Amino acid sequence: MAAVQSLDRRVQSDAPPPQRRRAAWRRFVANRLAVASTAFLLAMYLVAAAGPLISPYRPDAVDIMNTNAAPSAAHWLGTDENGRDVLSRLIAGARASMTVGVIAMVIAIVIGALVGSLAGYYGRWVDSVLMRFTDGMMAIPYFFLVLIVVAVFGSAFRNIVIAIGVTSWMVVARIVRGEVLRYRGLDFVLAARTLGATSGRILVRHIVPQTVPSIIVAATFGVASAILLESALSFLGLGIQPPQASWGNMLSNAQAYVWENPRLPMYPGMLILCTVLAYNFLGDALRDALDPRYRESNV
Amino acid sequence: MTGYLLRRLLQAVVLLWIVTVITFVLIHEAPGGPAVLQNPDLGRDQVARFRANLGLDDPMPAQYWRWLHGVLRGDFGLSYNTVEPVLGLVATRLPNTLLLTGVALGIAFAVAIPLGVISATHRNSAVDRVIAAVAFLGISTPVFWLGIMLIVLFAVQWRVLPAGGMYQVGAPFSIADRVRHLLLPVFVLVIANLAEVTRYTRSAMIGALAEDYVRTAHAKGLSGRVVLFRHALRNALIPVLTIIGVYLPRAVSATAITETVFTWPGMGLLAVQSAATRDYPVVMGATLAVAVFAVASSLLTDLAYGYVDPRIRLG
Repeated sequence: MAAVQSLDRRVQSDAPPPQRRRAAWRRFVANRLAVASTAFLLAMYLVAAAGPLISPYRPDAVDIMNTNAAPSAAHWLGTDENGRDVLSRLIAGARASMTVGVIAMVIAIVIGALVGSLAGYYGRWVDSVLMRFTDGMMAIPYFFLVLIVVAVFGSAFRNIVIAIGVTSWMVVARIVRGEVLRYRGLDFVLAARTLGATSGRILVRHIVPQTVPSIIVAATFGVASAILLESALSFLGLGIQPPQASWGNMLSNAQAYVWENPRLPMYPGMLILCTVLAYNFLGDALRDALDPRYRESNV
Repeated sequence: MTGYLLRRLLQAVVLLWIVTVITFVLIHEAPGGPAVLQNPDLGRDQVARFRANLGLDDPMPAQYWRWLHGVLRGDFGLSYNTVEPVLGLVATRLPNTLLLTGVALGIAFAVAIPLGVISATHRNSAVDRVIAAVAFLGISTPVFWLGIMLIVLFAVQWRVLPAGGMYQVGAPFSIADRVRHLLLPVFVLVIANLAEVTRYTRSAMIGALAEDYVRTAHAKGLSGRVVLFRHALRNALIPVLTIIGVYLPRAVSATAITETVFTWPGMGLLAVQSAATRDYPVVMGATLAVAVFAVASSLLTDLAYGYVDPRIRLG
């Protein structure tokens, strides 16, 4: 730790990019919690990708002679109210939850970066209109918004992803706007303009790349909240529909059969908790590693 | 100041109008239509007559105009499902939600602010790290799952607390009964809100402790306690106050899920059920009520901000 810190002090934030990147990497791997979180998430994505290959049963295979079974050698985590294998359903659910989180966040980042960079770069009325709109979106309870969008367009997988994406870009927009405002007045932008670069080129080639670290951090926290939101929607019956498994709708079933099988709600909930926690730890570590200003103000 | 207030009020009205248009269009475009009309006992001509009576065959702008016209005169229509006036439905549900949210947020702030102060004054110590870890655990826990697990423990296994609802059916009203029903949902909501307020208080407090006036106060020989509470905390609480405005709309969201888990008869449960059954007038009434609540709380927070910190000039 001490070695890393003394190295940090030598590599200041005005160092050339390769050195800065190496320093950020060292700070990141020095954080054991972050490395463990990354390992956990990679493992979860592997399981989700391998899905049907490693799943011991088909996730929707019903066995009415063997419902609410306790964990055994045949069913490691037991069976649910329809005799379906809980472990197989958890694996299928991982596929749904992990995919929703990432795709929804990509949508949110594209919208947020677009709105934020336009507002920050062009200022004046563009800024007021876009930011008032952002404030308006933030004033509506977002869960309510997603709820209505999903209730209306139906809960196809695609709709859930879009609904979560288009209702969670506001934080990204605010962060990007702030960053763009900061960089807009700096010398390298003036230099680019003197060389005859157009506004669009300055924005895309010179300013937006500077905001990437902040976007990565916001995105990591964003995936965490998207996964939580998807599970909440599925729990309310508005997300991924049974018989397709998702961690959220498994919990919804589990609540209905809680008197017969109190073990059932534990597994999907623990998986959601660990995944979201890992993303949050990762986001925190990335913020420490990528943003020296945040570190200084916080230490 | 008056100009500022008028402008904010005008913005609020426009925002609310946009919210009603979006909600109206979305819910009416929803495939399926009202669940009451799906009743298999109804004949084809009966359904057609109901549709005509409810005005569902008119063009959407005409339907919206009729709804808005009614609302401006204080008529929010009747629920399709229960034929109750929407205004009455909202009026009976809103206090239940305010009770739940108010108690939970009150406790959350009362616990989170001291925790944030301790974190800030013991920065990077073991205590700080434990509080941070608990905070992370809090924001990562799915609200509804925590609710279910509490039901499993307290209602299913130990049978000491009710699994849901707001009162014991058939029993006379008593405060003890209401508190027993409040305990679990309030606990869930406190956990859901605790983390962020703690983190926020911590960073605001760290910022305040680094200010020159704190050093001056120490130099004057004031005791550490006086500096901490009179000088640093009072200033640190100003930014904490602002997040209440950002917070309330989101607290309403968290409450909606909690109400569903514990079948607490509040606005959230009403919204979820009416959206699922396409009870158009109730969806509109509930959305408008929640939006008014959210917009009003953000406006009041901004006004309070200017009041407690005279350096901030609204205008």
